[in-house]
Amino acid sequence: MIEIRNVSKWYGQTQVLKGCSTHVAKGEVVVVCGPSGSGKSTLIKCVNGLEPFAQGAITVDGISVSDPKTDLPRLRARVGMVFQHFELFPHMSVEQNLALAQVKVLGRSPDEAAARGVALLDRVGLREHATKFPGQLSGGQQQRVAIARALAMDPVCLLFDEPTSALDPEMIGEVLDVMVELAQEGMTMMVVTHEMGFARKVAKRVVFMDHGEIVEDAPTNAFFDAPASERAKTFLSRILHH
Amino acid sequence: MGEFDFSVWQPSLPFIRDGLLFTLRLTLVAMTGGIVIGTLLALARLSPIAPLSRLAGAYVDLMRSIPLVLVILWFFLVIPFITGSPVGAETSAIITFTAFEAAFYCEIMRSGIQSVPRGQVHAAHALGLGQAQTMIHVILPQAMRNMLPVLLTQTIVLFQDTSLVYAIGAKDMLKAADVVGKNYNRPVEMIVLSALIYFAICFSLSLAVKQLQNRVAIIR
Repeated sequence: MIEIRNVSKWYGQTQVLKGCSTHVAKGEVVVVCGPSGSGKSTLIKCVNGLEPFAQGAITVDGISVSDPKTDLPRLRARVGMVFQHFELFPHMSVEQNLALAQVKVLGRSPDEAAARGVALLDRVGLREHATKFPGQLSGGQQQRVAIARALAMDPVCLLFDEPTSALDPEMIGEVLDVMVELAQEGMTMMVVTHEMGFARKVAKRVVFMDHGEIVEDAPTNAFFDAPASERAKTFLSRILHH
Repeated sequence: MGEFDFSVWQPSLPFIRDGLLFTLRLTLVAMTGGIVIGTLLALARLSPIAPLSRLAGAYVDLMRSIPLVLVILWFFLVIPFITGSPVGAETSAIITFTAFEAAFYCEIMRSGIQSVPRGQVHAAHALGLGQAQTMIHVILPQAMRNMLPVLLTQTIVLFQDTSLVYAIGAKDMLKAADVVGKNYNRPVEMIVLSALIYFAICFSLSLAVKQLQNRVAIIR
């Protein structure tokens, strides 16, 4: 589904991604972790072309992201993304947030879009908040709306960029619950997160990044039980022991 | 000159009303046109296409570096030269103010657009919205809302500045007051009246902007 081959990226003189290669097969969940500044957010933003990259290739569902001939908006419409800071549109109600791209990008009728929106809000447990504005919701609720907004496009895969990092601890669970459910239903997901419990529960593989490199790409159990590199060991001991 | 005689206010009212209507019309047209053209200018200034961005920048710098009275006079003299026939003080005033205010609204809209976080653009793009759709549905509504108090404050300034059309003899409220003042030989009383009307309108608009600011602050 997602194929990342030898991707490198520079900001000026600084190389932020160094020959990164990995993949996510259909129906798989892959967790990407690593210390801050390791390039994991940059890498996931390359997958739907939000960040350009200088070298290498990424294909999603067989379509190249960096090919200038690719209709990028059309490709992005099929790849859902959930952001650290939710990024709901603050001037629109929850239902409008869910309907906008369905109508403007997929060409659904407003009624159709609204019906799909309500169904998804129901699923993330927020049906009664449809007419509220994002500012009236808690962080956890906003992130669940953001997931519903991504799902409304019927994506072939979902990208999560630290979806729980901006949340108060008591709200992390409600968002992870939705994500675990999605994973169990077979949604293809690439997830940048520090939530190792989530990784253990649903991830097929864990990709560990440091200084712009993919240091390890291992099946979940192998990664947690016997990390191969010193850097992964240090990282795990830091985040698991506090 | 002797004592003040405010009885002149009574017969002046129909003239003042007509003048005020023109002043308000000029303000509304220049505001609407100025915001629309100003927004387009702002988009041009922020455009990655360098010549477009420079052209818009040069226009804004030019307008902001010349006193409004000169622009008014200049347009009044130049427009007939270009079109071949005189257009009249009122039409000339409307064109001038729209063109001049567009430069100021441009700068307001530019900072408004830049005030919208980058993540919003990412979110819109990630949903498959194109550049234009992102601008129309996501960026501009937020820019407009963030800048609403400043846009309205600029409009109050515009309302006051319209009195400068006096220079080309357009019949705005100040001109009406001036004419009546001369006819009745009561210029001071008429200037006091027009000052009071300007004050009353601008002060209540300022209060309204403050109210609005508070409300916008709560919604956010």
